[in-house]
Amino acid sequence: MLEEIIGKKSGKVKNRIERGAVKKFVEALGNSSPLFTDEEAGKRSRYGRNIAPPTFPVTFDGGSIPGLHLPDKGLIHGEQNYHYTRPLFVGEEVHCWREVKDYYEKTGNFGRMGFLIVTFYGEDASGQLLFSEERIVIINEAARREMEA
Amino acid sequence: MSGLDQMEIGEALPTIQLAPVARLDLIKYAGASGDFNPIHTIDADAESAGLPGIIAHGMWTMGNLAKLFTPYLGEGFMRDYAIRFKGMVFLGDVVSLRAVLKEKEGETLHFDVEAVNQDDKKVLSGKVAFSMEIEEVF
Repeated sequence: MLEEIIGKKSGKVKNRIERGAVKKFVEALGNSSPLFTDEEAGKRSRYGRNIAPPTFPVTFDGGSIPGLHLPDKGLIHGEQNYHYTRPLFVGEEVHCWREVKDYYEKTGNFGRMGFLIVTFYGEDASGQLLFSEERIVIINEAARREMEA
Repeated sequence: MSGLDQMEIGEALPTIQLAPVARLDLIKYAGASGDFNPIHTIDADAESAGLPGIIAHGMWTMGNLAKLFTPYLGEGFMRDYAIRFKGMVFLGDVVSLRAVLKEKEGETLHFDVEAVNQDDKKVLSGKVAFSMEIEEVF
């Protein structure tokens, strides 16, 4: 039944990479580099501006996928894969959306688990792809039943 | 800093050992990332989810692992960053982050990466393709 969500997409949502949000994010991880936060160092770099770290898209709003309602409990983050065409720039607009790439089930020691693969895309204002992110979420049997109910 | 292009196959980047995981680390990450799932910050919620205690966000560990490459971001960028989560990270765990160069392909360096806990158990592992080729699109 959950297979019906394969191919469903969210609408595009405009995000802006805020300087303060990048600073807070890299500070929370202790990931310090003048390239993230120092404006002068950004100007002197090959990018001519500051960049955001590779997992920063977790902060973006990608909209919601119609028909996909994940429960609060019983989910395991299995995999996370990023592909970039270039680093993200502080201050730029990124237009994001999600798509359910696949859903399948497997029976194992812990019952029948669901595997949900959601791709998250980010484009610049001209429609050029900046990054894609694939996330695999494993849904345990109880949570899967809840979603089917 | 420079030098990634000087690396030999089989060579490792300097390992990073994180301080023991503290609740405040995860509270800060929850706020900065927007992931407020309470199993990462509140004991009672973690326990009611069947966990022995709160666990780090997988993306906290993945975000930390990216620090191995931060000193080299003036030379290139993490084109591909692929991680499989293998085990949970608990409060007090001491996580070490490692990257080993496996292959050079033109301007791209392919690394195997992993994060292990104090018992040398993998908590995540994966691959990084670090590209020194940046299109002049900006």
